[in-house]
Amino acid sequence: MEAGRVFKITINDQAVEARTADTILEAARRAGIHIPTLCYHRQLSPYGGCRVCVVSVEGIPRLVASCTTPVTEGMQVRTDSEQIRKIRKTIVELILSNHCNECMVCEVNGRCELQDLAYEYGLKTIRFQGERSQYEIEDQNPLIERDYNKCILCGRCVRMCDEIQGVGAVDFSKRGFHAKIATEYDGILSCEFCGNCVAVCPVGALTSKISRYRGRAYEARQVKTICNYCGCGCTLNLHARENEIVRVTSLEDDGVNEGHTCVKGKFGFQYINHPERLKTPLIKRNGEFVEATWDEALDLMAENFTRIGKEYGSNTIGGLCSAKCTNEDNYLFQKFMRTVIGTNNVDHCARY
Amino acid sequence: MSSSPKSISISVCMGTGGIAAGGAEVMEAFESELARRGLRAKLQENCTAHKVGCRGFCARDVLVDVVVDGQRATYEYVQADMVSRIVEEHIIGGAPVEKWFAGPEYEAFHVGQTKVVLSDCGSINPEDIDAYLAVDGYTAIQKILCEMWPEEVITEIKDSGLRGRGGAGFPTGLKWSFAAMAKGDEKYIICNADEGDPGAFMDRSIVEGNPHALIEGMSIAGYAIGANLGYVYIRAEYPLAVQRLAHAIEQARQREFLGKNIRNADFDFDIRIKQGAGAFVCGEETALIASIEGGRGMPRPKPPFPTHRGLWGKPTVINNVETLANLPYIIRKGPQWFASLGSEKSKGTKVFALTGKVRNTGLIEVPMGIALKEIIYGIGGGIEGGRQFKAVQTGGPSGGCIPTELLDTAVDYESLAQVGAIMGSGGMVVMDEDNCMVEMARYFLHFTQEESCGKCVPCRVGTKRMLEILERIVAGRGELGDVELLLDLGEDVKAASLCGLGQTAPNPVISTIRYFREEYDAHIVQKRCPAGVCKALFEYQVVEPLCKLCSLCVRKCPVGAIEGGKKKLAKIKDRKCVKCGICIEVCPFDAITQVDIHETAEV
Ligand SMILES: Cc1cc2nc3c(=O)[nH]c(=O)nc-3n(C[C@H](O)[C@H](O)[C@H](O)COP(=O)(O)O)c2cc1C
Ligand code: SF4
Ligand code: SF4
Ligand code: SF4
Ligand code: SF4
Ligand code: SF4
Ligand code: FES
Ligand code: FES
Repeated sequence: MEAGRVFKITINDQAVEARTADTILEAARRAGIHIPTLCYHRQLSPYGGCRVCVVSVEGIPRLVASCTTPVTEGMQVRTDSEQIRKIRKTIVELILSNHCNECMVCEVNGRCELQDLAYEYGLKTIRFQGERSQYEIEDQNPLIERDYNKCILCGRCVRMCDEIQGVGAVDFSKRGFHAKIATEYDGILSCEFCGNCVAVCPVGALTSKISRYRGRAYEARQVKTICNYCGCGCTLNLHARENEIVRVTSLEDDGVNEGHTCVKGKFGFQYINHPERLKTPLIKRNGEFVEATWDEALDLMAENFTRIGKEYGSNTIGGLCSAKCTNEDNYLFQKFMRTVIGTNNVDHCARY
Repeated sequence: MSSSPKSISISVCMGTGGIAAGGAEVMEAFESELARRGLRAKLQENCTAHKVGCRGFCARDVLVDVVVDGQRATYEYVQADMVSRIVEEHIIGGAPVEKWFAGPEYEAFHVGQTKVVLSDCGSINPEDIDAYLAVDGYTAIQKILCEMWPEEVITEIKDSGLRGRGGAGFPTGLKWSFAAMAKGDEKYIICNADEGDPGAFMDRSIVEGNPHALIEGMSIAGYAIGANLGYVYIRAEYPLAVQRLAHAIEQARQREFLGKNIRNADFDFDIRIKQGAGAFVCGEETALIASIEGGRGMPRPKPPFPTHRGLWGKPTVINNVETLANLPYIIRKGPQWFASLGSEKSKGTKVFALTGKVRNTGLIEVPMGIALKEIIYGIGGGIEGGRQFKAVQTGGPSGGCIPTELLDTAVDYESLAQVGAIMGSGGMVVMDEDNCMVEMARYFLHFTQEESCGKCVPCRVGTKRMLEILERIVAGRGELGDVELLLDLGEDVKAASLCGLGQTAPNPVISTIRYFREEYDAHIVQKRCPAGVCKALFEYQVVEPLCKLCSLCVRKCPVGAIEGGKKKLAKIKDRKCVKCGICIEVCPFDAITQVDIHETAEV
């Protein structure tokens, strides 16, 4: 296969450029043609489970899932027809027939892909009554709530955890109507809590416990910033409501992290508004810490370093730095220790 | 007076059916009788008793062939305690025990059949490679290794017209050519012996009855596409088949029909067995591959097809047991011979598991193109108990039913598809007037629903909702519009599902609606089950004038639902009754009847 060869295909009578490795969906999206999806995720392997992305292709008797079907030169695709619309509507209707439709109190109301599709297809009534899954909500951990009554089994969390996070904490269990995402032996979640599964869940099945009921995404002011935990420099999107940070998301297409975070970036934001947060230097006077200015603190440090160096030799001084700092900071730190203080005793939590 | 016999050969059916009926004990009895009476010592190798695989007519097991000086006689329903009489009177005395002979049905059952893939099944000892060699076994692989290039083998199979017997009927030679052309440092052959259709046992019988034919077939396929390793994916519920196959593979290795440099022809080939846990969906190619690789048995979208990216990402051909076991016969007798059997687009023969309400049930092999009628009334001997034929279901849970007026339909891929059924892998269930078609559809959908892997929405939720509607209908809670809803949803499930399971699951529902709509309407509108099967729609009543107050039913009812006693009129309490029908059977005066609830409601 010649990677990246460019050729033409036709989508809805419109000529569209496609590349060898493209799926129909990718070519269509690039050309701005809308095809609904639920289980598809750009960063994850194609899955083909939800079937809402079906399209018809000239010469293929069956409808095909556009997210998994590779393009071929000259392919003629139709993304919309009466049958396709009917099938998509039926699929969303089937999902809703086994879904606790409680958008009013749902964390993801307003940014829920299922809700959007139900709206797009105008699903006011559901023709099917019958059994509904009834699972206990699983939240025996401080960070992530798993409510599989809302799960649409798109498998994004499974693929995210396996393919990108490399953890494999969750997978499919059981089969048919009773299929369910589960940890081993369907127990509690014990993983890295990176929250990347929460980020890709298209519905409200996986949510952050620390953000819940603290304001929906559309109520928050969203501010793009860089995570200040470590030198990786992940791009984050802070959600602020009434001047308080209530949630951290990250943008799939932005920054070095392409939307992924670690547990700290995703869930560790509470220190920002914490009343015990350290905001000024403290100097111990008469056995007690008292607030000081930066100048006072730096003077005190310089004075003591000089004194100790003189009295005991500069090798009695050592310096520890942190991965929270950037490479440049770390470089400067060791340079400072070696040339200004005069010691080689430098180290770092991830070792120099 | 008898002259003493010069050769004795006894074959005892020890297929799964034969063993269940006591085959092992019968075998042992023959062994000890032949030894005890000195026949063994006298005739040496001219006196043998051996096991054979299934011969198709399992209902009559234990079936035993006794061949004395070349004269064959077949006994049916043989038990161990009958053996000494057979040996004494037939073998020694020269007077066969005719009253134990297999009856005329046995003859009728076999006469309409054409045996290719089953030709040695049930006559040779499946545990003895020499028995297979004696019927020209392994000559096909030797022939192609000495005389043919792989492309020539593919051409022969294309010329034979062989199509896959696993259900879809894809041309085998064509499939091979894709894999042969695909680039890959390694390639694989997989034999699909998952056989998940409920009631099907074609593939099991072949593996149990002639495992070497499968091994030879896989080697032929391996040579043709350039594979050096084959896997047999077989369900663990088939212990006898697994055991015989493992034994046969070992024997074939010892005789150098498997292994390195086979027949000095610079061709390596070996076979591994992978036991599956028995999930219907694992018969689907991509789920099967995932299962062999150690993953969850979930289908993945195609393309890429396994012939390009299959097992461990390498080009792989997956063929059904019957497809593969046909190959040695095609190579030996030539593609033209094979193509002369069958119909225009469907060549050769097909094995079916004929079950249900026919007189003769069992495993049959018929030429493609034969009319359904000939199978049911010829080989099957017609409907049991003189009742009226209603329909025949082919293709199991993925198939459809065919009613009386279409019994002339030819058994080939296209004709069956045209009437809304499918060839499938060989399930053939005959139904009569006592079968409820709505209940039949519910049964099959219940099966596919449970076996759905849960990956895609239309199958996972769609078949569930269809099943729930059917459950309502058979329970008397059907509503107007239900049939239309079933058809509407069924079409979407078929069109949108990811794999063949969901794409075919609605078939039994759609085809029963197509041909038996009035039965659905009777359930929905009149709350009546015309076949008297759906328990919620009838009850039992005692007909007062006929009841002679004997109280037999009172004593026989397993749940104590009948009140009454000696001299006291029996009365059935409907709430307790489980509708087992025992009271109807036991009442000597026919005083108990089955009444539709819609009638009782009006009274
Ligand atoms: C749900 C499902 C179950 C299947 N089960 C079987 C099976 O038990 N045995 C089989 O040979 N093919 C089965 N098939 C068909 C196989 O996927 C495949 O087409 C076949 O093994 C190819 O072999 P053939 O070309 O020799 O027929 C099944 C297909 C589906 C969709
Ligand atoms: S997950 Fe989406 S559709 Fe479901 S309740 Fe929440 S907002 Fe509504
Ligand atoms: S939080 Fe991270 S590690 Fe845990 S299940 Fe989700 S993706 Fe996997
Ligand atoms: S939990 Fe969310 S991401 Fe995971 S399968 Fe369910 S809906 Fe998809
Ligand atoms: S059609 Fe059914 S069995 Fe096949 S992938 Fe979908 S859910 Fe699984
Ligand atoms: S049908 Fe069975 S359970 Fe009902 S009354 Fe008769 S014997 Fe008892
Ligand atoms: S988005 Fe294509 S099948 Fe789900
Ligand atoms: S097992 Fe004996 S005839 Fe089938």
